[in-house]
Amino acid sequence: MDEDFVLMKGNEALAEAAIRSGADGYFGYPITPQSEVMEYLTAAKPWEHTGMVVLQAESEVAAINMLYGGAGAGKRVMTSSSSPGISLMQEGISYIAGAELPVVIVNVVRGGPGLGTIQPSQSDYFQATKGGGHGDYHLLVLAPASVQEMADFMPLAFDLAFKYRNPVMVLSDGAIGQMMEKVKFQPQRPRMTDDELPGWATTGKKPDRERNIITSLDLDPYRQERFNQKLVEKYRKMKEEEVRYEMFQCEDAEYVFVAYGTSSRICQKSVQLARERGIKAGLFRPISLFPFPENEIEALTSHVKGMLSVEMSAGQMVEDVRLSVHGKIPVEHYGRMGGVIPTPEEIVDVLIQKFIGG
Amino acid sequence: MADINLMDIIKEKNVVYKKTKVLTDKVMHYCPGCGHSTTHRIIAEVIEEMGIQDKTIGIAPVGCSVFMYDYIDVDTQEAAHGRAPALATAIKRLLPDRYVFTYQGDGDLAAIGTAETIHACNRGENITMIFINNGIYGMTGGQMAPTSIEGMRTSTTPYGRDAHLMGHPIKMTELVAQLPGTYYVTRQAVHTPNLVRKTKKAIRKAFEYQALNRGVSFVEVVSNCNSGWKMSPVQAVKWLDENMLPFYPLGDIKVPEK
Ligand SMILES: Cc1ncc(C[n+]2csc(CCOP(=O)(O)OP(=O)(O)O)c2C)c(N)n1
Ligand code: SF4
Ligand SMILES: [Mg+2]
Repeated sequence: MDEDFVLMKGNEALAEAAIRSGADGYFGYPITPQSEVMEYLTAAKPWEHTGMVVLQAESEVAAINMLYGGAGAGKRVMTSSSSPGISLMQEGISYIAGAELPVVIVNVVRGGPGLGTIQPSQSDYFQATKGGGHGDYHLLVLAPASVQEMADFMPLAFDLAFKYRNPVMVLSDGAIGQMMEKVKFQPQRPRMTDDELPGWATTGKKPDRERNIITSLDLDPYRQERFNQKLVEKYRKMKEEEVRYEMFQCEDAEYVFVAYGTSSRICQKSVQLARERGIKAGLFRPISLFPFPENEIEALTSHVKGMLSVEMSAGQMVEDVRLSVHGKIPVEHYGRMGGVIPTPEEIVDVLIQKFIGG
Repeated sequence: MADINLMDIIKEKNVVYKKTKVLTDKVMHYCPGCGHSTTHRIIAEVIEEMGIQDKTIGIAPVGCSVFMYDYIDVDTQEAAHGRAPALATAIKRLLPDRYVFTYQGDGDLAAIGTAETIHACNRGENITMIFINNGIYGMTGGQMAPTSIEGMRTSTTPYGRDAHLMGHPIKMTELVAQLPGTYYVTRQAVHTPNLVRKTKKAIRKAFEYQALNRGVSFVEVVSNCNSGWKMSPVQAVKWLDENMLPFYPLGDIKVPEK
């Protein structure tokens, strides 16, 4: 094996990749199943070599508002948490979207609602992709399906956050966070120098410019509406430029599983099992959940007879899949909840039962 | 009486007092006589006198002073209700050579933001915290604040604050003085010229101490809210003297050891 590869947990890979992305600050509050992120960072002591700040906040509320402050100062800042903690952050995330600040938020999802379980789940899809907090806004959402992607998505998430001045969420789950796989890291990126900080940031008003103000407040409804339109335009541009997905044996497929993250890993096996039983199955894996690859899914309706949205939830992404196909083919949902992970076999059984009969 | 031409008087050589350049020309939205405007001016003067306008980052709260950024001419972030100390924590840690100050009302700092206040103080963040205690929620129309004194009538305590029903007024400044992370803790007021001068000295120290990197400098300003208290500015100042100050005595609570 290539000696550049190391064996690591998803959460640890994410933490190492954050340091290497040239992150300036991590602010978080412990919660299972992602506590390894801060544990890794505090053990690695990046403040001694890259200068990255790592701080255990008093709550997720404080952590997300630390992100607001840090991003408002132009810095690359991030947090990670799991479902209940992400719920607590929603007001802050809405402010961050409203103030157009670039931050990276990692949600290592566990089963809910409430305190729920600590096992993997995908039940925060709605919260992640439809806004989550109050007001008209979206996060750009990336869904990793491997430890390698936990690492690769960190620099990507920072770049997208700054490109759009918008919060980016990495929507993972307890399985990817906890499992160990081999991973190869990108080389260390330098942190931004003071001169490289964006011009809009609050770094101290220099005599040659107006003061910079970071706010989401505007009492004039017409100006606020113009701002809302600006956000709408930003999301439209994301749809044009940031759709990411993967297809697996879809060319000749009659039935396609649509699944992201852990479910997509399981469905790869289901495709193989189905084909062994003579069913032409394929897998469509959205990588960006917002923007959702709606056109690419619709294109499959030219030859696909039915789609099965497989999620570890009561059926959330299935709504977006249905919207994408415009009623041209039937779309069904199969999900396990509460932290239960479906097996490849049961998914094939459901496909047969819903679409083929037998 | 001889005609007086104003333009003969308004001349550079006659100037005894000038608005600091760190205040913008925007007319403040505060009610006449409100302590927010005086405190803004003091902060702006201190920033000018210390020559730190290009190194200062302010954090505005949610409350009547939400538009602080319209008046004080420094880079400013507007925080969610109660979260200013969390913003300040990150900004100061990421830009340690800047001067970072928070400005918060009593609802913001001592109710919804209590956790952020206590923990920023406890961590000893190297920031200046300005706390405007007017004993009421000014912005939302005069509801009870955590600092409303016993018996005080507000729109949500129309029969007066009853400590058994609504809890006791909280002395946040004494509370944070207990924490090892605070370096300088003081309570001031701005409703008389003499107190304005004292508050200015306190706020100046609170900024200067940031250069020492010793922790939070915390300045409470006991203030009036004429509109919320439903009083004229003159009545409000009298009421403040007679009712607020006995419960919130002015003076230093924690001073740096020599
Ligand atoms: C999360 C949230 N809850 C409630 C409010 C409504 N609100 C705005 S200002 C305020 C109280 C402000 O009182 P204070 O902090 O004492 O400031 P003052 O106006 O008296 O200076 C409240 C409750 C809000 N903006 N956000
Ligand atoms: S409502 Fe009260 S706190 Fe607000 S500006 Fe008026 S007097 Fe000041
Ligand atoms: Mg108040």
